[in-house]
Amino acid sequence: MSAAELITPHPGGLASEQAEVAHRGLYYMSLMREVEDRIERKLYRQGKILGGVYVGRGQEAISVGTSLAATPEDVLLPSHRDMGLFFVRGVTPARVFAQYMGRVGGLTRGRDGNMHMGDLKLNIISIISAMAACVPVGTGVAMALRYQGKNAVAFCFFGDGATSRGDWHEGVNFAAVQKLPVVFVCNNNQYAYSTPVEKQMGCANVADRGPAYGIPAEIVDGNDLLAVHEAAQRATAHARSGRGPYLMECKSFRMTGHSAHDAADYVPKDLWDQWSKLDPIPRLESKMIEQGLATQGEFDELHARVRAEVDEAVAWAENSPYPDPSTLLDDVYE
Amino acid sequence: MPTTYVEAIREGLWEEMERDPNVLLIGEDIGVYGGAFKVTAGFLEKFGEKRVVDTPISESAIVGASIGAGLMGLRPVAEMQFSDFISCGFDQIVNFAAKCRYRWNAPVPIVIRAPSGGGIHGGPFHSQNPEMWFVRTPGLKVVAPATAYDAKGLIKSAIRDNDPVLFFEHKGLYRRIKEDLPAGDFTVPLGKAKLVRKGRHLSIITYGAMVWVALEAAERLEPEGIDIEILDLRTLAPLDRDAVCETARKTSKVLLLHEDTQTGGLAGELTATLTERVWEYLDGPILRITAPDTPVPFSPPLEEAFLPNAEKVIEKARWLHRY
Ligand SMILES: Cc1ncc(C[n+]2csc(CCOP(=O)(O)OP(=O)(O)O)c2C)c(N)n1
Repeated sequence: MSAAELITPHPGGLASEQAEVAHRGLYYMSLMREVEDRIERKLYRQGKILGGVYVGRGQEAISVGTSLAATPEDVLLPSHRDMGLFFVRGVTPARVFAQYMGRVGGLTRGRDGNMHMGDLKLNIISIISAMAACVPVGTGVAMALRYQGKNAVAFCFFGDGATSRGDWHEGVNFAAVQKLPVVFVCNNNQYAYSTPVEKQMGCANVADRGPAYGIPAEIVDGNDLLAVHEAAQRATAHARSGRGPYLMECKSFRMTGHSAHDAADYVPKDLWDQWSKLDPIPRLESKMIEQGLATQGEFDELHARVRAEVDEAVAWAENSPYPDPSTLLDDVYE
Repeated sequence: MPTTYVEAIREGLWEEMERDPNVLLIGEDIGVYGGAFKVTAGFLEKFGEKRVVDTPISESAIVGASIGAGLMGLRPVAEMQFSDFISCGFDQIVNFAAKCRYRWNAPVPIVIRAPSGGGIHGGPFHSQNPEMWFVRTPGLKVVAPATAYDAKGLIKSAIRDNDPVLFFEHKGLYRRIKEDLPAGDFTVPLGKAKLVRKGRHLSIITYGAMVWVALEAAERLEPEGIDIEILDLRTLAPLDRDAVCETARKTSKVLLLHEDTQTGGLAGELTATLTERVWEYLDGPILRITAPDTPVPFSPPLEEAFLPNAEKVIEKARWLHRY
């Protein structure tokens, strides 16, 4: 039984569909938080995980809220702080830990590390490390979806910093010209590594870039799961209707350094304080209590269950073998 | 009626589009205008906008979108208007397309066509041979046909292949060479070189437009009693190292010829391969004839001095034959 099923919806308040989104969303956000905490704060420090570690702490509502609005046929192109959508699509935490540990059980069988993973069978295109490279690729995915007569959309995720790259502009422009079904999802977490948004772009909002390409753009409270989900529904409805791409700018904050080695001393202290009050997980929980959807006791049980699930997953990953060096030369070509 | 090199590519594309509804074309000015070199003239009328996609001037978007569509099961053929501008889509090719299969088992069945090469007074921005940027990137296949037959057979194989293929078509050959092609469907396998001339004394290993330079040199050397063998590599990655070694073993003398500039050119890699594998068969130094390490100059006397030609080949071949 998954932890999500532990919570029985209570009648009243939010419409039943929203209540369901809240329950599922809370579970996936909590799972993402727990998995990433374990990676960043424990396994990385123990030396069990090598290489770069980038987490989406504080931004969980974006990948979870958006992917909960997607159908399985919709194709997701995540960025490096979007682990939640892998869980929504059914990837197990065990495989994610194995991925981070360079084991055969990881999504890339040890060929790549950390969030650089994907699974075509689940309609998740692998993260592309070059920022914004996913934007032209997502445009091509959308082109194929339309070509194949599917009523599906591509969701393309990126950060605020990525919108400075030429690829972003080429991809968005091409998608706009072709009126392709793409939803562009920006996590504006205010920083790109150490560079604040005002050093990244001359306009105040990423959404301001939308009109330049003739596409609708909206600013969303990226720390409110239900708001993100609703905006994603609007965006997909637009994209599915044949009217072309849609840009969602989810305002949020990166509640960590850029990566596990970065103490982020460049972030003013009051920003941490301000944004920690807006943590999307407690925020959703308060709303659920307020609406009579769940009790604190149920949340405690949920978090305990998520921790147990993660313990098990770590153990599985640690038992997954390392790849055999004799496979080094495989799969360069078909 | 003989078919030109450009017509051969065109026929190959056309037949593959008729054969497989998943094949589509994407590039700048390829639809209404029919392409800068008219390779795709008439395709829009026949196959429609869905399968012949005119794009903005966005090489990275052209390549990136091709990769995205390829991952979803289509077989896009992207056109770079000139191979020189492929650098604007470089990251998508070398950092994403090339690594997909290795990283996450995802095939990227795309072809990137790129008109390359000098001798057409295109100057430094419209004459380059950028194949080596890609030959040295594991995961990419690189093709450079010299004949109309190979151009048609290789474009078809490239489209049917499940890996990303860069298809360098030489602009100077487009309308200069022609031959009778067999009727009906035929392909030329990727990764296989072709012995285009048999000889006893000396091997010239080359590709692309330089195959014709080698042939001219060989004919002119014949009356002198110098019997030259010519190997056309056709595919540069993966390289047909067995064929390279075989001709070297046979003639024991090797001249490497390419239009690309020298440092980091394919000749260096071929030299290393020959040294490692067939050193004991060689009766002379391995020689290179390549363009010098400069941009491709514009003015005719400069460009002539830049490009390898039969004279240069003959001179080196005589020397090596005497050695
Ligand atoms: C083209 C490119 N340049 C540099 C990097 C190194 N890098 C990785 S993440 C990052 C910051 C990205 O910022 P943003 O797009 O805002 O996303 P965020 O990390 O804030 O989610 C940089 C510079 C990269 N991955 N790609």
